[in-house]
Amino acid sequence: MFDDFFIRALIAGIGIALVTGPLGCFIIWRRLAFFGDTLAHSALLGVTLAFTFEISIALSVFIISSIIALILLKLQKNTKLPGDALLGLLAHSSLAVGLVVIGFLSFIRFDIMGFLFGDILAVSTSDLITIWVGGALILFVLNKIWKPLFASTVNYDLAEAEGMSPEKANAIFTVLLAAIIAISIKMVGLLLITGMFIMPAAMARNLSNNPRQMVIISIIGGLLSVLIGLFSSLEFNTASGPSIITAALFLFILSLIKFKKNSELKH
Amino acid sequence: MENLKKNILVKLEKVGVIQNNKWLVKDVSLQIEKGKIVTLIGPNGSGKTTTAKIALGIHKNIKGYVTKFTDKIGYVPQKISIDWTLPIRVTDFMQLTHNLENSEIENALSLTGVKHLIKNDLRNLSGGEFQRVLIARAISKKPDLLVLDEPVQGVDFKGEIALYELIKTISEKLNCGILLISHDLHVVMTATDYVVCLNGHVCCSGSPTAVANNQEYQKLFGDRASTILSVYEHRHDHTHSPDGTVKNK
Repeated sequence: MFDDFFIRALIAGIGIALVTGPLGCFIIWRRLAFFGDTLAHSALLGVTLAFTFEISIALSVFIISSIIALILLKLQKNTKLPGDALLGLLAHSSLAVGLVVIGFLSFIRFDIMGFLFGDILAVSTSDLITIWVGGALILFVLNKIWKPLFASTVNYDLAEAEGMSPEKANAIFTVLLAAIIAISIKMVGLLLITGMFIMPAAMARNLSNNPRQMVIISIIGGLLSVLIGLFSSLEFNTASGPSIITAALFLFILSLIKFKKNSELKH
Repeated sequence: MENLKKNILVKLEKVGVIQNNKWLVKDVSLQIEKGKIVTLIGPNGSGKTTTAKIALGIHKNIKGYVTKFTDKIGYVPQKISIDWTLPIRVTDFMQLTHNLENSEIENALSLTGVKHLIKNDLRNLSGGEFQRVLIARAISKKPDLLVLDEPVQGVDFKGEIALYELIKTISEKLNCGILLISHDLHVVMTATDYVVCLNGHVCCSGSPTAVANNQEYQKLFGDRASTILSVYEHRHDHTHSPDGTVKNK
């Protein structure tokens, strides 16, 4: 009924949504939206390096994004520049350097739009394995650090005082973010991946009253966005990434209506 | 000697923190023992919260030595703000650092008189209710050491007395050590075993009566100090049952 590439895209999208759901909740709880964006921008540098050294894109992006993330954590402690300026600095310098490097790689045909906005045609069977195995690993680790990570999200001092080692949990979480960006970049694109994190989670916030519920609704929202987005991308011949994010936007707007009704009831 | 060591939960030796070339607090030595309540008093900015954070291991770059003999710690921080983006009910918050049975959550909340709020959104609580939840959470795990930073701020006067009574009962029942930060000299002087008066350093310390009679202390707190002393030296003619109600003998 559907072409193979479309089935692959569906399987890939479902795998990604399962992971971005819970991670997205932490991103908006911890106000890390711009941080995620910075990591995603640095992914382009990772992509170009993958082409230069002929290694796997996911691996290369993972390494570069992790390095950028750790540099960020260090700089945030050691410089006087405010956090958002620091993020902008790293985001745009890594994006620019990535684009400059592409200029030198004239020997390969390089579909840059695919990496900026995602391309379902680009998803291969080996990408599916990367997404599902990588995604399962990310969820496994997230589940392991859930308690200390959540405690330090609510109050860092309290988590530290009661022996939860929040610093370790935070560092691991940062690496998990780099990992999900690495495995989803082909699908969603680096300019839109942050949307995949925050929009289902923002929608879920409007519909939930406890953290677990918010995570579950966020996952469902992500899955729906992927399904609606991909089918409409097939129907209208639009790019996959923007279609998924547009679908997420519609779901968010719908959740606002529900949210408004709820708040009116309370007053 | 061995026995003495066993009763010590945390020991601070000449600890201090420097931030931006300024000592936040300097040369503080104190120890907290099982079943005892140690109270930190002092004006704003005198280093009370900093000292508590040193004892808890939150401040990492410190001078001096901290030795901890327990990991079972309950902490009530001075301030917690919950972001709107995070939906969290009282029952979720109770299990923030450890898993609890439903009955344990309910017991802890009823001790501080807020069991009815268990399903409420944490952000919709009043200041006083929030403090009661914070205290309930800290004691729910039956810790060896409780660190309470202004635990009754925002609680009405009647509730304040009941909560201090509760803190005293807990220290006796659980045989845990308590490090208390309080503005309320009144309570400090009646419910405490050992008082440390801070003003960037240890101004004076000792039993409540000794501190109350100390000149440094009287200089620091002025008129309030002398009126408190008279309050302190009254006689107890009753005892309390675990829930804080008065039993006349």
